[in-house]
Amino acid sequence: MLMKFGVIQFPGSNCDQDCYHAVADVFCQPVRYIWHKDKTLGDVDCVIVPGGFSYGDYLRTGAIARFSPAMKAVAAHAKTGGLVIGICNGFQILCEAHLLPGALIRNRGLKFICDHVYVRVETTDSPFTNACRRGQILRIPIAHGEGSYFAEPNVIEQLKREDRILVRYCDKNGNVTDAANPNGSLENIAGICNEARNVFGLMPHPERASEKLLDSEDGRLIFESILATAAFR
Amino acid sequence: MKAKIIVMPKKTVLDPQGKTVKNALESMGFHSVKDVRVGKFIEVELTADNKAALKKKIDRACHDLLSNPVIEEYSFEII
Repeated sequence: MLMKFGVIQFPGSNCDQDCYHAVADVFCQPVRYIWHKDKTLGDVDCVIVPGGFSYGDYLRTGAIARFSPAMKAVAAHAKTGGLVIGICNGFQILCEAHLLPGALIRNRGLKFICDHVYVRVETTDSPFTNACRRGQILRIPIAHGEGSYFAEPNVIEQLKREDRILVRYCDKNGNVTDAANPNGSLENIAGICNEARNVFGLMPHPERASEKLLDSEDGRLIFESILATAAFR
Repeated sequence: MKAKIIVMPKKTVLDPQGKTVKNALESMGFHSVKDVRVGKFIEVELTADNKAALKKKIDRACHDLLSNPVIEEYSFEII
């Protein structure tokens, strides 16, 4: 069963073509771009909010993108149960748009980090991780300057209680340690979902780890989970 | 009229920028520096005459766009 994808394009998005390529060429699914000024998404099942530097990261990462017409349509799509995945800058935008709780702040070391990291799948109870094993270790690249996840303690507790932390930074053996935390994220959080579990934000780039040529294929599992969800629906 | 807005990281939020500036100040010889926090100063010029109504609007602008209440707090004055 095919799943229709839409990739949002903001001025300054730079992972939109990577996402498009992964969906179209690796997973052979229908996909189209959605311009930030578009008021409707059209007929899509899953929206990808890609990485990059939307609106030049002015003011705060994701702060301006949140007000674009396309993001209003994304919020409406999410409200009716449609799938939304925000990658890197997309995660920052989803937080700014209040589709996910918390915020992404400057990395604790202040440096922009471009590296392969390990993340541990904390739960398979989501449309984005159901093709993984619980505790599975994925090697996926990150590339960000503002990836340190922050939320108030009561929000962190709620995320834990509701099993909404989908992936955590870990070492190659799956140990969640401070040394394996690249950016200072609370609880080593690399990705979370919303209460309804249909909106997922993560800093690592699964679209850049979906082909042998790109060194790691572990990111495939995220897309395969989404496709498995389509089949189930 | 002008709104002068200050946006600062919340006390509970790690401010690596402030910490780095503190280290730099210390390396300059300012050993009495206790803490540094780095925020933003935003100046907005407006045409308005009702200060009270403007205050409400600026407050909304600060809350919804100019700051992120999850990680920042703001204050402003209108002159």
